[in-house]
Amino acid sequence: MLRSVTSLTRSGLRDWLVQRITAIVLAGYVIFLVGFFMLNQPMSFGLWTALFQNGFMRIFTFLALLSMVYHTWVGMWTVLTDYINCPRFRLLLVIVIVLSLFSYLAWAVAIVWGLR
Amino acid sequence: MAKTNVTLTSSNAGMPEDRQLTVSIYRYNPDVDKKPYTQDYDIHTSEFQGVMMLDLLEALKIKDPTLGFRRSCSEGVCGSDGMNINGKNRLACVTSYLDFSNHITIRPLPGLPVVRDLIVDMTQFYKQYEKAKPFLQNKNDPPVRERLQSIEERNKLDGLYECILCACCTTSCPSFWWNPDKFMGPAALLWAYRFVADSRDTQKAERLEALEDPFSMFRCRTIMNCVDVCPKGLNPTKAIAHLRDEMLKDTS
Repeated sequence: MLRSVTSLTRSGLRDWLVQRITAIVLAGYVIFLVGFFMLNQPMSFGLWTALFQNGFMRIFTFLALLSMVYHTWVGMWTVLTDYINCPRFRLLLVIVIVLSLFSYLAWAVAIVWGLR
Repeated sequence: MAKTNVTLTSSNAGMPEDRQLTVSIYRYNPDVDKKPYTQDYDIHTSEFQGVMMLDLLEALKIKDPTLGFRRSCSEGVCGSDGMNINGKNRLACVTSYLDFSNHITIRPLPGLPVVRDLIVDMTQFYKQYEKAKPFLQNKNDPPVRERLQSIEERNKLDGLYECILCACCTTSCPSFWWNPDKFMGPAALLWAYRFVADSRDTQKAERLEALEDPFSMFRCRTIMNCVDVCPKGLNPTKAIAHLRDEMLKDTS
């Protein structure tokens, strides 16, 4: 049994499952947004803000962002463990990527909920 | 002599026409060469018998005895002569030069250390194979006679037991190239599923648990090079998918 502290869940099976589930959430979110744009032409600032006033849309957005964080973590961890051979440098890169992802999440939550 | 030749050609109307081939072969002898190089050989197909790449290599070895490659059964059963021919891993003995143009490139299997010319060091490949515990484990008392299987149970092993460990699949897999010490590779995983799928094996749960970490099996990204190159027409990607399904069933 091989172990890794930097993978998302440290279980290959769970990482794999998380990657699939988050992919479905992200695909659903993108399809919904594209559909919303296509059905509401011409798009206006009013329509756009009205969409994000909706509690359902805010939670859906939060889920999509959280999925983005987990999905990217699993994916980038895979890419880094393939191509970066120096363990210290790889650890540094994983830390930078994961911290950035959570910063993006916090920033996006602040935007969607209109926090200042 | 001339007479024999005439009868040979006339009785072999179906023989392929004579072709002049240029064969570029990766050469490296670590005792002599500073670094690997490519050597071109010219040969007429009328100079040797047979249409397989192995026949061609044997003919070249007569011309140049320093050329090194592995071979044994010459009929796709032993898996000794796996090599990269025109960019694809194949067995030289079951690959015909008739399928190629007059310029053919032969390299050793990628991703493993070269011992000499087309001979690679398979240690890493076998180490991963060992991790699959490729033997039947049964903790129950042995029956008086054999451990019997139904026809359906036996059918589950078709497409799995035929693997000859030629390493064509594993050395074509990018996941194995980057993590040959951690990722078991398609061949070993096919063998792992061969025993997970065996009704006579009692250690299924332990076998699956050993594969659950992020590397041993899950480093497979479903690239499917293994399926593309397998000279026996097997499907390691499907075996890996079955292993994942079994794991999900066992743990969710």
